[in-house]
Amino acid sequence: MKTWKIAALMLSVVLPSASLATDLEVTHWWTSGGEAAAVAEFAKAFDATGNKWVDGAIAGSGDTARPIIISRILGGNPMGATQLNPGKDADELIAAGLMQDLTDLATAEDWANILRPASQLESCTVDGKVYCVPVNLHSAQWMWTNRKVYTDLGIEPPKNFDEAVAAAPALQAAGIQPFSLAQGWPVGLMVNDILVAQAGVENFVKVYKDRDLAIAGGPEFTKVFESLAAVRQFVPADKMVPQWNEAVGLVIQGKAGANIMGDWAGGEFAVANMVAGQDYDCLPGLGVTPVLNTGGDVFYFPKSADPAVTEAQLKLASTLVTKEVQVAFNLKKGSLPMRADVDLSAANDCMKKGLAILDGSDAVFPNDVQMIDRDSINQINDLFTEFMANPDMAAADAQAKFVSIIEAAPK
Amino acid sequence: MDRPNPFFRNKWSKAASLPMMLIVWVVFVCGTIWTVLFSFTNIKILPLFTPQQWMDGFVGFANYTRLFKTDRWMSCPGITKILTEDWEFKCAGALPNMVTYAVFSIVISVSLGFLLAVMMDQKIRAEGVFRTIYLYPFALSFVVTGHVWAWIMSPEYGLQHSIRQLGWESFTFDWIADRQMVMYAIVIAGIWQGTGFVMALMLAGLRGIDEDIWKAAKVDGIPAWRTYLQIVLPMMKPVLVTTFVIVTSGAVRIYDLVVATTDGGPGISSDVPSRYIYQNFSANLGQSLAASTVLLVTMAIVLIPWIRMEFGKKSQA
Repeated sequence: MKTWKIAALMLSVVLPSASLATDLEVTHWWTSGGEAAAVAEFAKAFDATGNKWVDGAIAGSGDTARPIIISRILGGNPMGATQLNPGKDADELIAAGLMQDLTDLATAEDWANILRPASQLESCTVDGKVYCVPVNLHSAQWMWTNRKVYTDLGIEPPKNFDEAVAAAPALQAAGIQPFSLAQGWPVGLMVNDILVAQAGVENFVKVYKDRDLAIAGGPEFTKVFESLAAVRQFVPADKMVPQWNEAVGLVIQGKAGANIMGDWAGGEFAVANMVAGQDYDCLPGLGVTPVLNTGGDVFYFPKSADPAVTEAQLKLASTLVTKEVQVAFNLKKGSLPMRADVDLSAANDCMKKGLAILDGSDAVFPNDVQMIDRDSINQINDLFTEFMANPDMAAADAQAKFVSIIEAAPK
Repeated sequence: MDRPNPFFRNKWSKAASLPMMLIVWVVFVCGTIWTVLFSFTNIKILPLFTPQQWMDGFVGFANYTRLFKTDRWMSCPGITKILTEDWEFKCAGALPNMVTYAVFSIVISVSLGFLLAVMMDQKIRAEGVFRTIYLYPFALSFVVTGHVWAWIMSPEYGLQHSIRQLGWESFTFDWIADRQMVMYAIVIAGIWQGTGFVMALMLAGLRGIDEDIWKAAKVDGIPAWRTYLQIVLPMMKPVLVTTFVIVTSGAVRIYDLVVATTDGGPGISSDVPSRYIYQNFSANLGQSLAASTVLLVTMAIVLIPWIRMEFGKKSQA
């Protein structure tokens, strides 16, 4: 009996290192229907390499998953690989030497030339070394409108945000919500979209990256806060819905005129069998300035002492950017692929609009997390959340607070 | 002369409690000391441990200054206008929200719980059934409670909508979407969940009162309500204090109920300290530590009088 136990114990120690297949736990927060289908493509491709993808999905948004992921890496219980958003979230982890360096693989596979836009790989690069793999591009700068809502009232469907604001009183008189909005992060997303559309990309980057306080306190940003105050009166707190897809749903059902949401909203219109350009409009950059940010998802690989794990990590990193995997994953996810050299004939009109903007690369600008630390972003989000919910808060006060947050942000 | 060393008295029970003692010391005591100490450093997301790191990162009260300058934590605009006509004692933010929740949930759930316990004590029929019904909400997690009440109180889908559908067009119950009232909406959900538990504690206290007291009170012709208020209630002091401490500590650490009911909304008007601490966890640990220390001090203010009352007496006797 005893020898049997010892043998079993020894076997359990020996087996994992002896076998070729390595289990790699991958954490991510892709849990909705479409997202889960997309991530299954990654798993399938990785399993095909002879390794094993152990799914570690964390329910909830990135705000829920990020603290869990970071505390696991810090706590010495790292996963094999993890999804994060590109930006400064992992900077301290990289500085502490907790992340696997992918530079050799990136050079060997020439990522710098096959992945676009360049900004995406740049935000994975710290001191000339590559630490993460970008897998897709999402853009948040979209306004979605239901054409029928406007034509029924005899109004031309809006081609941009300003027209939608101008049409708002007529919609309200007819008992239709001019804008739908969901609680939580969609508020911040809408604020950011309006900010970029009204202040312009150049000013946005100057404030967030170069910390130009004169612009943050200047007339361009005053216009932003005044636009937000205008939207605020059309979406009082009791009209907000709990989830982003419900807000998109209100537009689909014709109960609301417009919704500002990222490109993933397109999936909801597709499910409702609506056709872009006929039943609904998708307006990149809110129709004001056709620009897209370069948000998206990246994978990081926490450093492991086990060479078998490191090998599997590099294998996975390489698998994620192969042509076939990029196409299969992105078609299901509704996002844009990292590679320009793939076939996307199955993409819908909105995706093609996005791709066209992406190819004229100066219309692509960096995400806020790529320019400023998470702590300051949280404070800015708090400020905007409060501003959008509190009708008593004056635009000038909010702008003054915004300036002080930008001023205090570490360079 | 052969007196055994007191250190080795009950040595097996001491050995058995060693793991627990270790956990208490390492996790609670050391964790607490670390939290307080490093709340004075510029710690960001990587934890620091050594004295050298503490010295290098020392920033004094900077985290606390920022904490109390943050509107989300606490803002009392009226108070700065002291001695003028606009003066008002009114604060918003996570900390005042917690105080509001604590005060209302303690007062309401303790008095309601006591009333229910008194009713239960009337030797009613099917007491077990009622006791189960009242205690049942306590078996539900705060997350479930919060989601259910969020739907009930939602102006778009819930009670307000249903009653308007029945024909009472002007009926309004939109606390959950009202910045001034949202904390009271959360109090409602909290009381629904917690009152049954308070009732159970109180009922146990009532059952602990000697029957002879009741007989004596009856002989003296004291009405039942006065017996409860003036004789039984003072005798239940230990139970009352325990209840108070449990309900208060529940209020100080409130998190899940708020996240499930409103997620801090509308805006940030129903934010609570634990939510602030958690959200700063992966962005600015210094804020989390400072906020935790403030909560610790708050708890100490509540607990120290209780500890003195419970354990201080014995040393006097």
